[in-house]
Amino acid sequence: MEEIIISTLQRAMVAGTPLLLATTGEIICERSGILNLGVEGVMALGAVTAFIVTMTTGSPWLGVLAALAAGMVISIIHAFTSVTLQANQVVSGLALTMLGLGLAGMVGKPYVGKPLTIKMEDITIPILSDIPYIGKALFSQSPFFFMAVGLALVSWFFLQRTRLGIQIRSTGENPKATETQGVNVFLIRYMSVIIGGGFSALAGAHLSISYSKSWIEGMTAGRGWIAIALTIFALWNPGRAIWAAFLFGGIFVAQYLMQPLGISPNFLAMLPYIATLLILVLISLKDPRKLNAPAMLAAPYKRGER
Amino acid sequence: MWITWKAPSPNNFNPAADPGLMRMPKSRGGCPATLMKKIQRLEMEGISKSFHGIHANKEISLSVGSGEILGLLGENGAGKTTLMNILYGLYQPDAGQIKINGSPVRITNPMESILMGIGMVHQHFMLIQNHSVIENIALGYKDTPFFFPKIKIREKVASFSRQFNFTIDLNQKIWQLSAGEQQRVEIIKALMNGADLLILDEPTSVLTPKEIEELIIILRQMKADGHCVIFISHKLDEIMNICDRVVVLQKGSIVGSADTGKTDKKTLARMMVGRDVVFNISKEKLAKGQEILRADQIHVTGDMGLPAVKGVSFDLHENEIFGIAGVAGNGQRELAEAITGIRRIDSGKVTINGKDITNLSPRHIYDHGVSHVPEERIRFGIAPGLFLYDNAILKQHHLKKFSRRYFLKYNDVKTHTQGIVDDFKVLTHSIDNQIRNLSGGNIQKLILGREISEQPRLLVASHPTYGLDVGATEFLRHHLLKLRKQGSAVLLFSEDLEEIFELCDRIAVIFAGEFMGIFDSDDERLCEIGLMMAGSKRI
Repeated sequence: MEEIIISTLQRAMVAGTPLLLATTGEIICERSGILNLGVEGVMALGAVTAFIVTMTTGSPWLGVLAALAAGMVISIIHAFTSVTLQANQVVSGLALTMLGLGLAGMVGKPYVGKPLTIKMEDITIPILSDIPYIGKALFSQSPFFFMAVGLALVSWFFLQRTRLGIQIRSTGENPKATETQGVNVFLIRYMSVIIGGGFSALAGAHLSISYSKSWIEGMTAGRGWIAIALTIFALWNPGRAIWAAFLFGGIFVAQYLMQPLGISPNFLAMLPYIATLLILVLISLKDPRKLNAPAMLAAPYKRGER
Repeated sequence: MWITWKAPSPNNFNPAADPGLMRMPKSRGGCPATLMKKIQRLEMEGISKSFHGIHANKEISLSVGSGEILGLLGENGAGKTTLMNILYGLYQPDAGQIKINGSPVRITNPMESILMGIGMVHQHFMLIQNHSVIENIALGYKDTPFFFPKIKIREKVASFSRQFNFTIDLNQKIWQLSAGEQQRVEIIKALMNGADLLILDEPTSVLTPKEIEELIIILRQMKADGHCVIFISHKLDEIMNICDRVVVLQKGSIVGSADTGKTDKKTLARMMVGRDVVFNISKEKLAKGQEILRADQIHVTGDMGLPAVKGVSFDLHENEIFGIAGVAGNGQRELAEAITGIRRIDSGKVTINGKDITNLSPRHIYDHGVSHVPEERIRFGIAPGLFLYDNAILKQHHLKKFSRRYFLKYNDVKTHTQGIVDDFKVLTHSIDNQIRNLSGGNIQKLILGREISEQPRLLVASHPTYGLDVGATEFLRHHLLKLRKQGSAVLLFSEDLEEIFELCDRIAVIFAGEFMGIFDSDDERLCEIGLMMAGSKRI
């Protein structure tokens, strides 16, 4: 029994890692008022980039850096269309998803099915990892796990406790008012979209070089969409995203555990979305203000309009 | 010294080229030396600006000095706000220049104007509603530290607040504050940035009389401290009361200026609208006709789930204007919405010409001859992004004369719209124009035209002249009286007592969702209307 708990917990953490990375990125992006539905595509592109670079150079860390760069570069497209051109962000985001998925499939064709022999060593924190039950799951994990939790905490700190954070959140709430305070709204939004894209690509890198250690088209399997649902579920707060992501990771793992008990994996696969809907309904019923959604999310901002 | 956007020097703050991105300079020390001095005199020379081919400002020159309050008077759409937005760096002028202490400056964005010592309190507050007071101040303050801004500037904010007797919990969210408190947050924000010149755009439009008095005290204190103040308004009384000097704008140009001590209201009013304004509209005596509206014991629930209207009854006849006076938020909005079908009536009955219309849909109530000029005209009265001709038939599009089955007869619609535009003197260069490009007064004229073009039996008008200039107000009031003469009934909600007394045949005073009494307009007991509005007297 103990083994099952430990392994379930550990696998939940692993499954939650890419969700947390992508969700943190999406939160930063949406806090600045830009809805980015391109997470899935950027994630796929990050996965294939990380895989190819790691395979050819032999260094997984170079792969991570390359994925980060690729994710940031492709996100510029979304920033350009939604910030500079003030286009419809839903359309632009969906286009980014299709572009990312297509590009990843094309570039990754020669690498499909090839195993990655280079391993990224797990990081084990002494003493803490000896805590029964949770020690191994929480303190002996891939570097991605620590990176995800660390980035989420840092993002929370930046959004809540720094001047830049106030500027980002204000931009999402009321870009016009923010601009009259002398803040460069365009710059803030570009930066947020690009950082968000970078985080999504890191999630992809985790999938291809740490989680499954191979590349196959469609390996992101809807995780990008779950991240967008998680952003709402976490009420746009990176701190809350940490437990939410690992909870959803747990649901992911439960799909395999529950199957022998006769519970359809399809049912469990839809749980994250149902949970998000429930949270939305419950909070909206109680007090819509608590929902905390950026007021000007997905609304294009035109400078100098009357 | 010119501050140029494209050629940064180490002394200049330039966010576009600064690798630190959003970091702001640590103090005014980052400014060119000539600008570090206090603003003694600010001049605008020959400023011109046009939007969509229409001149908003045309060769405007004005100046304001230290310790002076300059009034900027003009009708809606006269170009007051545009001029100030140019000064604040939100718009670039097409021509002209700005001088501070005699040396020309160029202001290309709000940050630069803040650093030069210019602060602005916008008509629509530039506050983040969902953020706390302290976060809003931290956003606008130029010396906010990067880490832990909320903790580190708290003491400074508190000391500034004390200076102006401003007691407010800094952790409260902006939406929890009253309009007056929000305005003070704006003033504190401007003063913390060391504003020597403070621009106030229509600062009293959202305030209660008591809050206005407090604002005047703050302004006098600032004047004594040697600040320059530019006070934008279209209310003559305020200008006369607060300002030292006044500049009058009309259709984007300066038409006159005067020291307030050496002029009077009449002269200013004439300058503002270009002719004499009749301050007292004389209404003819008309005999009451048949009963049109009867409301019986109406109960309505407000947005917060609490009862907003509690057992209100009244009737309304042909050739009659029935006014409902009261301080905002005492159930006026809910009552108007209940009668026009937007809000559910919990109990009670409303009839029009004897027919029960209680809780019918707004469309059916409209078809019974009830029109509605809603409050907050931009939010509830129009679809801002649609053209004038679309907005002119928002309620009538289903009528036979504008549609054939599923298709609109656009030729007829446009003819109809052009008719409204001509009859109601809506200023626009074309009806193929998004209605959002019009000024408030012109939007309201179009709404009124739309609502009364079908000769309604009853017009429900909520604050129809709120925020409008003298000319538009006079025009709208005349049309309400005209409607009365033609045999319709008007239900008028207004906070403007002058308007109520001028137009209404009977007046009800509402307080906390109940009528404190219903009076004929010549009833002597109305001299105590103030007490009734405050809920301390019921008749």
